[in-house]
Amino acid sequence: MSLTRAQVAHIAELARLDLTEPEIERMTEQLSAILDYAERLNQLDTDAIPPTFGVIPNQNVMRPDIVTPSLTRDQVLQNAPDTDPNREFLRVRAILEE
Amino acid sequence: MPTETSLHELSAWRAAEMLRMGEISALELTRALLDRIAELEPKIHAYLTVTADTALAEAKHADALLAQARRDGADIAPLLGVPMTVKDVISTEGTVTTAGSRILEGFVPVYSATVIERLHAAGAHLLGKTNPDEFAMGSSTENSGYGVTYNPWDLTRVPGGSSGGSAAAMTADQGVFALGTDTGGSVRQPASFTNTVGLRPSYGRVSRWGVIAFASSLDQVGPMTKDVRDAALILNLIAGRDARDSTTVDLAVPDFVAGLGDVGGASLPLHGLRVGVPREYFVEGMAAGVESTTRAAIAHLESLGATVREVSLPHTEYALPTYYILAPAEASANLARYDGVKYGLRANVPGDVWDVTRATRGRGFGPEVKRRIMLGTYALSAGYYDAYYVKAQKARTLIKRDFDRAFDEVDVLVSATSPTPPFRVGAMIDDPLQMYLADVLTLAQPLAGIPAITLPAGFSDGLPVGMQIMARAFDEAKMLRVAYVYEQTTGWHKRKPMLNGAPAHSS
Repeated sequence: MSLTRAQVAHIAELARLDLTEPEIERMTEQLSAILDYAERLNQLDTDAIPPTFGVIPNQNVMRPDIVTPSLTRDQVLQNAPDTDPNREFLRVRAILEE
Repeated sequence: MPTETSLHELSAWRAAEMLRMGEISALELTRALLDRIAELEPKIHAYLTVTADTALAEAKHADALLAQARRDGADIAPLLGVPMTVKDVISTEGTVTTAGSRILEGFVPVYSATVIERLHAAGAHLLGKTNPDEFAMGSSTENSGYGVTYNPWDLTRVPGGSSGGSAAAMTADQGVFALGTDTGGSVRQPASFTNTVGLRPSYGRVSRWGVIAFASSLDQVGPMTKDVRDAALILNLIAGRDARDSTTVDLAVPDFVAGLGDVGGASLPLHGLRVGVPREYFVEGMAAGVESTTRAAIAHLESLGATVREVSLPHTEYALPTYYILAPAEASANLARYDGVKYGLRANVPGDVWDVTRATRGRGFGPEVKRRIMLGTYALSAGYYDAYYVKAQKARTLIKRDFDRAFDEVDVLVSATSPTPPFRVGAMIDDPLQMYLADVLTLAQPLAGIPAITLPAGFSDGLPVGMQIMARAFDEAKMLRVAYVYEQTTGWHKRKPMLNGAPAHSS
């Protein structure tokens, strides 16, 4: 199973990851090698085997619906790359057309 | 009582004892460690941040509390006055936490991880944050965005990873005890590379609240220490249900220190113990010195009264491909949050919000993190989800069943921790698949959710070799007992690296 350059570029788009041309080239080769290695899982007959998504029995863990203190606005904005001048909001590039 | 110059060598339990007795002060202990760090960091680079000022202030405060408690005859918190060394993927309120990534450069958490809160409550104070592979992805600490950490046993070699900074700090006595995180061996492999102790708890034993997520069905926080007693002590303090992490299990936490028991005069302290040696763990390509050291360690367990038998974990060879599908898949989801909006780097390129997101991630992540995001995104993408992700989850079931069957017959499993001694800096950095193969003995346990500990078992050509002991899920006490008896009857953990051309104090 070998990946093509176009497939790698497509995956990068799905992952919202800018890759340079040399990165795409290297990645095509390296990911192909890793996926080839992973092919050996196909030696296993798993038709009758259930998947294990988690190893502990916890399911649907519930807690009382009680309001507890959360982070303050200052705390939330403390590490923000950009905020409005009054430090009330996170600021990002416009996402809606006018 | 040790002299001033050997304060940095103290283990946590011994330091705590001497602090309680008033034989040493927290301030002199913290000062000694800061001196040691200042002296050795130019060679080792174990730390990304050293919190010298707050550590000294908290040490003074601890001394006041200690003095008052002694006057009043009051109870003293178990780690009061003891500094802690923390891998930089664990959030510490007010102290920069980067996960070794440029995308989190300068990030200051507004709350601490539960494990940090619990250790604070036990009286410990922060000494500094250690270098990891970026987002804990790697086996050498070469993937950090902030430089390589060097192995104190041989400065041309890696300390392992991803908790390489914590491991190097322990063996070089640049700290008292440390925390690491282990997703596929990241506590155990670096501990084995540095002649120290590393414990991966059962999945669900320790809270991950506040720990920067890599692969959430696998990540665990574990102690990295100078001896087995410290591993038990720190596990006591960090284990247990946390309402903020719904994957923690509501099980009683035994006293792991009490469970170590005595070695005492008993000639056969492990009498009745059934030890299994999985034959598949003597893998192809294992270094001869690692194999002989491991076999000698197993023979030693037998000489202590254990019954040793070979067992089979037939799906062992599938652990590596299973892990390198599942962990990247989970990572690709967990790392989607680094989009330059709420925290971390933002690349202010022209264009729309997606251009900014793509550029931010392209600039902020290093090569290994990008590789895993790509691999995981592929494994989860339409058309490949069943072939890779679901297939790997089914293989995981088979791997877990291997352990279930083995533990019907034996109490613990024993193997090497890493197939090779520490390798040279740069040796594998351009060959990711070779680097992944370095984890081949430490991937199956996280997939199955079982605990494992590594401890010093000897040397191969002057380089440390670790022995791994595995137990049934939530039976850390049993593996700690075996580790303790082995350690106390061999003493390998007392060996320290040669630094500055002279052997460090060795007892």
